[in-house]
Amino acid sequence: MAVRSQIQARAAMLRLRFEAAGAQVVDTPLLQPADTLLDLYGEDIRARAYVTSDALRGEQMLRPDFTVPVVEAHMRHGAEPARYTYSGEVFRRQEHFPDRPNEYLQVGYEVFERDDAAAADAEVFALFALQVRGLPLRAATGDIGILMAAVEGLNTTEKRKAALMRHIWRPRRFRSLLDRFAGRTPMPESRRKLLSTEGDLTGSAVELGKRRAAEVQARVEALRADAKAPPIAEHELLALEALMAVRETVPFATEQMRDIAVDLPQIIPALDRLDARTAAMKARGVDVDNLDFEASYGRTSMEYYDGFVFGFYAEARPDLPPVASGGRYDALTRRLGQGEEIPAVGGVLRPDLMLQLEEARK
Amino acid sequence: MTLKLGVPSKGRLMEKTFDWFAKRGVTLSRTGSDREYAGAVEGVSNMELVLLSAGEIPRELAAGRIHLGVTGTDLVQEKLPRFEQQVEELAELGFGHADLVLAVPQFWIDVDTLDDLDAAASAFRAQHGHRLRIATKYHRLVREFLTDAGVADYQLVDSQGATEGTVKNETAEMVADITSTGETLRANHLKLLADGLVLKSQATLWRSRVAKYGSADKAALNTLLDLLEHRK
Repeated sequence: MAVRSQIQARAAMLRLRFEAAGAQVVDTPLLQPADTLLDLYGEDIRARAYVTSDALRGEQMLRPDFTVPVVEAHMRHGAEPARYTYSGEVFRRQEHFPDRPNEYLQVGYEVFERDDAAAADAEVFALFALQVRGLPLRAATGDIGILMAAVEGLNTTEKRKAALMRHIWRPRRFRSLLDRFAGRTPMPESRRKLLSTEGDLTGSAVELGKRRAAEVQARVEALRADAKAPPIAEHELLALEALMAVRETVPFATEQMRDIAVDLPQIIPALDRLDARTAAMKARGVDVDNLDFEASYGRTSMEYYDGFVFGFYAEARPDLPPVASGGRYDALTRRLGQGEEIPAVGGVLRPDLMLQLEEARK
Repeated sequence: MTLKLGVPSKGRLMEKTFDWFAKRGVTLSRTGSDREYAGAVEGVSNMELVLLSAGEIPRELAAGRIHLGVTGTDLVQEKLPRFEQQVEELAELGFGHADLVLAVPQFWIDVDTLDDLDAAASAFRAQHGHRLRIATKYHRLVREFLTDAGVADYQLVDSQGATEGTVKNETAEMVADITSTGETLRANHLKLLADGLVLKSQATLWRSRVAKYGSADKAALNTLLDLLEHRK
């Protein structure tokens, strides 16, 4: 194992390289207000981050990542465009992986750039690929924007689309919603009974709690309306499933998705953006012909990625988390910006894992 | 060194545990005054009774300060991550049955499944500006259950007692609590979700995988296991 001073030296070197690439150094507090993170990630974050509290400030979290505080700092007083780099500890509970460290160094590079998304994506990916060059890593890429475009363009009700969009990052719930909206799941008896009623429901049960009877009634009406809406058409559903299953090198993946776009024309603009990114990556010397692309990549991570996503994995060590990972998170800047937004893309590196892999090769 | 057995120090759980062991030829008893937490063991030599709060027994097992302990599956799974690595289940004792369930107000006629709950939570958050609150003391178990089910827009609020009352008091919209018959839930105008059973629990005898076992401890453990095996 590399000792701490070696890891710190490597982190410092990586940060210097990111500075040389044009980034300005930012620092963020170790203690982050819990509200913001809970608001973004929900209760799940408690399983991943350390929560602490005092009587005055309430709950705070030991920094589980840099992205949120860096975005917040940029939204408060950042000039545009901006490139940032940072290096420091992050803390993650590892109750399911006791062998993984719960405190480690991350070095990051983030680009806030309005004009050319494809160029910014390519810049970040190429820069990270350069840092890990020579290590036995496999790069995975994806684009959650394509799947989101597919859902937004489905020929069904706005409510159903909103429900699917809400669960893009939870593949299992997404799947069960899709099955229900396609009429593939038998309706539970309780639902059938409820839908057989009409008008306002007057029950004998006591109304209690902050969720009021009017809200119950509103949902009953929404369920009735949904029952009248036709199921998602079979050809759309099959095309969506084919899209989610795409897993190929970039050129073949692009070809497959162009075929799928015959049934899902709404993804064409997103595919054009993918082509632009591929061209920009090629121009930066990335070997796109042998680069993997998975349409569902990045959906299970908690991060707020909504476009290009990437990760570098140790091929011989499937037990290790990615050595580097990142992606585009335009939606996150919208959520944190209170009315403002700026397209953003970035990633993080794990100097400890880089050293570990280098040592193993000796 | 002696083989240490941790047993809940109070109430029916202690008495039923004593009965269960007595039927298998091991007499456990409290010594001294009622207020003193000391005990005696007859039937297995080199074994010691430690009286503890049921909630502390998982931690004591995981720390290896006791070799054996009687407590509910719910407490072990809530308090010990990857509990199988830390403790081994020796026997289910057949009492202390309790289910950890999700319950919502009865008048929520639109919510019967986790699928409904997820949709209702989304609408609730849009309407009220905060996530749907679930009162519980079983944070880990409930969170893992809901994460697995893909339910979003909820938050857990801590409730260490009178959990069913939180809905009426509007400090939570629903509860996740232990119930054996569901009577308390019904009395508080709550109902179970059809697929909201988080865990079935009962009093269980656990063995610590972490504790150190000297030769005398091993001998005592084998004697005890023989007795238990005999009366199964």
